[in-house]
Amino acid sequence: MKPFAYTAPSSVDAVVEALRVAQPGTKILAGGTTLYDLMKLGVEAPSAVIDVHRLPELTGISVTDSELVLGAGVRMADVSDHPVIRPSYTALAESIWRAASQQLRNMATLGGNLLQRTRCGYFRDADMPCNKRNPGSGCAAMEGVDRPHALLGASSLCSATYAGDFAIALLAFDAVVDVVGPRGERSIPLAELHVEPGEDPRREHVLDVDELIVRIRVPLTEAGRGSTYLKIRDRESYAFALASAAVGLVIDGAGIVTESRIALGGVATRPWRAVEAEQSLLGQPLTAAAARRAGEIAFAAARPGRTNEFRIELGIRTVADAVRTAGERAVR
Amino acid sequence: MSTNDVPATTVDVTCTVNGEPVQLRLDPRESLLDVLRERLALTGTKKGCDQGHCGACTVHLDGRRVVSCLTPAVQVDGLQVHTIESVTGPDGELHPLQQAFVDNDALQCGYCTPGQIMSGLACIAEGHTADDDEIREYLSGNVCRCGAYVGIVAAVRQAAQR
Repeated sequence: MKPFAYTAPSSVDAVVEALRVAQPGTKILAGGTTLYDLMKLGVEAPSAVIDVHRLPELTGISVTDSELVLGAGVRMADVSDHPVIRPSYTALAESIWRAASQQLRNMATLGGNLLQRTRCGYFRDADMPCNKRNPGSGCAAMEGVDRPHALLGASSLCSATYAGDFAIALLAFDAVVDVVGPRGERSIPLAELHVEPGEDPRREHVLDVDELIVRIRVPLTEAGRGSTYLKIRDRESYAFALASAAVGLVIDGAGIVTESRIALGGVATRPWRAVEAEQSLLGQPLTAAAARRAGEIAFAAARPGRTNEFRIELGIRTVADAVRTAGERAVR
Repeated sequence: MSTNDVPATTVDVTCTVNGEPVQLRLDPRESLLDVLRERLALTGTKKGCDQGHCGACTVHLDGRRVVSCLTPAVQVDGLQVHTIESVTGPDGELHPLQQAFVDNDALQCGYCTPGQIMSGLACIAEGHTADDDEIREYLSGNVCRCGAYVGIVAAVRQAAQR
């Protein structure tokens, strides 16, 4: 690991000031489960690290009349067991409970988790070509193992999958991220936070290098109760998704779907909202055929690589199963 | 390390390890795992993958389980660290969970056992032991190459019932 300068400012204001005067290559450190991991692998080599992992201003979970407010420094484990979040935003709690292990959930922060880097094995191996890590070096997945790679949102330069779970559920609920930097505060809809690789796979999100996520806000919705996060993995626990779906539904007294939210994880280069699949469920009773159809629509644009075509059918079934589970939980 | 707004290449940290106050001058690159094993000679905590996959290095920070390989040691300033060495009683008597591992053949080679015990203790303290499925889920961050999982789950169940 390359040497780096370390600071741990005691307030958000002090972090912003440190970011304002930061030397090039400075990174924000929170729980460390991504950044420190990648530093040990030689994939990340920051010149300086600003540690925000214990800033008291970034902790705290509150519920207002209109939204759930989550501090960016809240530990993942504190969300999955939260007595309000579990019943009223079931998909949010499940997305975290099904992520990583309890040890890592005790370490990782919500803000850091949103910006978790891809688990592409070629990105994580500093000796391999990778357009994301080393622009212009090529993509080893193109002729290598592409089983875990993205079916949606890939470019000719990169098909690395966005690995996180929490952002998928947040996307389904139209969450907003508040960030602060030397130019002040701004709010970014989660739907606009991450970007597809396109011509510049290095860029994964729209935050500037001197901006810090301070909180995540989730609008209250009845669909939170009728929601689920279904994650299909190579093993039952402690693995990244082969396919996942966050689904939230509202069903009226006549059994008609009146609100529909579907987002996909583990299959795309960014958290992926399946808008047309959502719309296909609206205004009609929820049937097994409708759930299957929503899955098929969600993956209509999927483009498999050489060895991962099976994940399209897996993804379709994941959506269909999640839609049915959300339907059972939805308010009637 | 109090409030430290000046970039540093070494960082002074004060914490407690197994109840004893410890002062360290750290290179910020050092992991808690390496500091425990190589500077404090607490070699009960094991280095398995060193990448956060296997859980062999599990310790408690202020009572919560973490993997020490992915914990920069500078982050434990002001915290209480507990390792496997703190689990046994003052006269060497086994903790009930350790005894349960013996009773249930919950190990073969034993390399993952310190991490399993630290994770199991936290699992019990968290109350995530309602049934075997919940125990398995909440111990999934601890890998056992020997495949002693049946015994491990039985041991945690036994200790949780006490």
